[in-house]
Amino acid sequence: MPAPIRLRELIRTIRTARTQAEEREMIQKECAAIRSSFREEDNTYRCRNVAKLLYMHMLGYPAHFGQLECLKLIASQKFTDKRIGYLGAMLLLDERQDVHLLMTNCIKNDLNHSTQYVQGLALCTLGCMGSSEMCRDLAGEVEKLLKTSNSYLRKKAALCAVHVIRKVPELMEMFLPATKNLLSEKNHGVLHTSVVLLTEMCERSPDMLLHFRKLVPQLVRILKNLIMSGYSPEHDVSGISDPFLQVRILRLLRILGRSDDDSSEAMNDILAQVATNTETSKNVGNAILYETVLTIMDIKSESGLRVLAINILGRFLLNNDKNIRYVALTSLLKTVQTDHNAVQRHRSTIVDCLKDLDVSIKRRAMELSFALVNGNNIRGMMKELLYFLDSCDPEFKADCASGVFLAAEKYAPSKRWHIDTIMRVLTTAGSYVRDDSVPNLIQLITNSVEMHAYTVQRLYKALLDDISQQPLVQVSSWCIGEYGDLLVSGQCEEEEPIQDEVLDVLEGLLVSNLSTPVTRGYSLTAIMKLSTRFSSVNRIKKVVSIYGSSIDVELQQRAVEYNALFKKYDHMSTVVLSKSSLFYRFNLHVLYYLVSLLFQANDLLDLLGGNDVVPVIQTTLPTKPASAGGELLDLLGDLSLSTYSKNGLKIEFTFERANPNPNIAVITIHATNTTEADMTEFVFQAAVPKTFQLQLLSPSSNIVPALNQGSVTQVIRVLNPQKQQLRMRVKLTYTHKGSPVQDLAEVNNFPPQSWQ
Amino acid sequence: MQFMLLFSRQGKLRLQKWYVPLSDKERKKISRDLVQTILARKPKMCSFLEWRDLKIVYKRYASLYFCCAVEDQDNELITLEIIHRYVELLDKYFGSVCELDIIFNFEKAYFILDEFLLGGEAQETSKKNVLKAIEQADLLQECTFPV
Repeated sequence: MPAPIRLRELIRTIRTARTQAEEREMIQKECAAIRSSFREEDNTYRCRNVAKLLYMHMLGYPAHFGQLECLKLIASQKFTDKRIGYLGAMLLLDERQDVHLLMTNCIKNDLNHSTQYVQGLALCTLGCMGSSEMCRDLAGEVEKLLKTSNSYLRKKAALCAVHVIRKVPELMEMFLPATKNLLSEKNHGVLHTSVVLLTEMCERSPDMLLHFRKLVPQLVRILKNLIMSGYSPEHDVSGISDPFLQVRILRLLRILGRSDDDSSEAMNDILAQVATNTETSKNVGNAILYETVLTIMDIKSESGLRVLAINILGRFLLNNDKNIRYVALTSLLKTVQTDHNAVQRHRSTIVDCLKDLDVSIKRRAMELSFALVNGNNIRGMMKELLYFLDSCDPEFKADCASGVFLAAEKYAPSKRWHIDTIMRVLTTAGSYVRDDSVPNLIQLITNSVEMHAYTVQRLYKALLDDISQQPLVQVSSWCIGEYGDLLVSGQCEEEEPIQDEVLDVLEGLLVSNLSTPVTRGYSLTAIMKLSTRFSSVNRIKKVVSIYGSSIDVELQQRAVEYNALFKKYDHMSTVVLSKSSLFYRFNLHVLYYLVSLLFQANDLLDLLGGNDVVPVIQTTLPTKPASAGGELLDLLGDLSLSTYSKNGLKIEFTFERANPNPNIAVITIHATNTTEADMTEFVFQAAVPKTFQLQLLSPSSNIVPALNQGSVTQVIRVLNPQKQQLRMRVKLTYTHKGSPVQDLAEVNNFPPQSWQ
Repeated sequence: MQFMLLFSRQGKLRLQKWYVPLSDKERKKISRDLVQTILARKPKMCSFLEWRDLKIVYKRYASLYFCCAVEDQDNELITLEIIHRYVELLDKYFGSVCELDIIFNFEKAYFILDEFLLGGEAQETSKKNVLKAIEQADLLQECTFPV
């Protein structure tokens, strides 16, 4: 049996693969070889095979069959085996699989091994991936090693203890005695890891925090030595001695000094010293300054020190390095509430950051800018923020718009300025404004009574320029509907439109592809409201009635009900729609709801009385001829039914089967008029029980000519999947000789062939 | 630190060290998504970003990206120094390190990392001591080319 190929050889081979498929083939081949090698329990090459498996795993291929082999390697006496075995365990095993528990005993043995590098492997693995069970079992061993004088092991034990505490917080207590002399160590590795351990314990337990507060003087001393000591080649980074340790000490001081006057006092000097003496030409110095600033801001430092900290952040903002600018903005955001005035001094620099190229910096600058807006700087700040809104990426626009609205609401120097600002946002970022802004803005405009004329004029003008931004269009429509009379009455400063122009614009919104259904709703309601403000009522009635057969169910329902409002409740429409009424303050949906309440007695939906009601779907198919079912195969032949005959109006049903769906019955109604006057505005509506579905296509016309000179036809399609007896309620409305007529009828005598 | 990833400009993973328990599937997904996010960033952008609910610190050295996910309280600027220290260690060990060294000797890259960081925190702040430990451990190996 030839020796398995070496790891580097395999890597070289796999890298020559030109396609994914070729690579996959190589991998599969090698995996097969490795598997058989594992099966043969080959000790010599197990290490090599697992290493190869780890490489393939990194490429994304499955390697779970190597898990047990890693455990065997860990149990081996050879250091090479252990090294790869532990690495494999950290890469392939996870604590969710029970397999990992098999490691526990090996780790325990290795923690007590005679070679420190083996002990090190065990500590590293435990500290990286030890599960709670493992940590519980082995905490004692770790605690023992924490007390050793071997600094190589002690530093690892400290971090391993951190992991144990994170996994099993209750075990924290047992490490307390071992922490006694940790800070007396000279070894930086031990010092660093000890500080990390102490930090973890203080963050988790208030008792520990109290206990360790007494270490503040010692920590201050260590930090001082680091700063004052001369060049130490071993720990030097760009002229700074062990920045990693300095940063961790500063962080621990932060936790210890928080909400404690004495501790804060004790660290005051050293913080000032670090803040003023640290070299800032490189990132490493700034890293320390950054940590110092965070500490100063979090403890009970004296005001002079706080100002110093904020000024450091201000200097950071001017740094060429964008990373530094980023952390400055983040920190300032944290402190803006508590040290508002100090941060205000850097406002112009912060505002300049709005122009930064980096997205993260821009976002922070924006958040900070909004936090800094107040009554004094609102005009200047808003100028900058609106400019930012114009030019920023789409991902910012929504938040920026909301921020502008909020700030404007809080600090607007005048109502006119407020309205102008809103206008500006709607016109420049109108499509990004949040949905809930629309009712809020409407409320705001409503409350600014003296601005109504100005507002509606400006919004109307904006609509003339651009109807694509839905929130703008919605607010504008609402305003025009509400204050349209002001728009045309000569109260506006500029050239005023005439009524027909205004209606043109609103009707344009209804038909435009750019308008969403919600927007159309606003437009239709606005048109409706203008019926009490404008004189061109007929035109309005016409528009509204057209939408009575709109494909949009919402619009259709509204139009039909507004239509009825015209007819039946003319005297009420002025009440409902006029400005002086209560409804004036309500938003669109409430208005609509109240209007629909008026119809309870003649509820259009309640055609069957009782509960089995199915909404009627009337569809508008512009190019379809009235007898849509006519061209289909006429399997039923001439089946017809005379359903209604009253007051000269006769309605007849004819039937066809829809092709290809046999569950759909196609009914064509034929309405004829024997009287000597036309029946105009004829509307046929139908409702069926719940188990059916009904679709009404558009009628051939709305006028049933007098003296049988023609008929109105309309197609109804009924879906009847359960093959039940068809029943239908019918409602007819029309105008005859100037008077409105309405009637309800029930059709129960459908021939069986029409629905079976 | 929650994890560290090394990947090439084509998005190929060269090293992945996880300090939080996650399944293989989850790790793959995070790696894939994060790598794509970072590769999409322009060169002039800053080294820090918020991604999902993590703070990410990354830096490019020649053809390799070094990327760490750190906790909220962690100092981003010092994390850059940690990354730099690791690169220096690799450089010293391999002698002017390049991506190929890490590809062909990935297990050694892991050994070095495991002597520098433990559980996501720095265990040794002296470059010399880390390299010395690796050297000694290498000497313990029973043969010169074990794999």
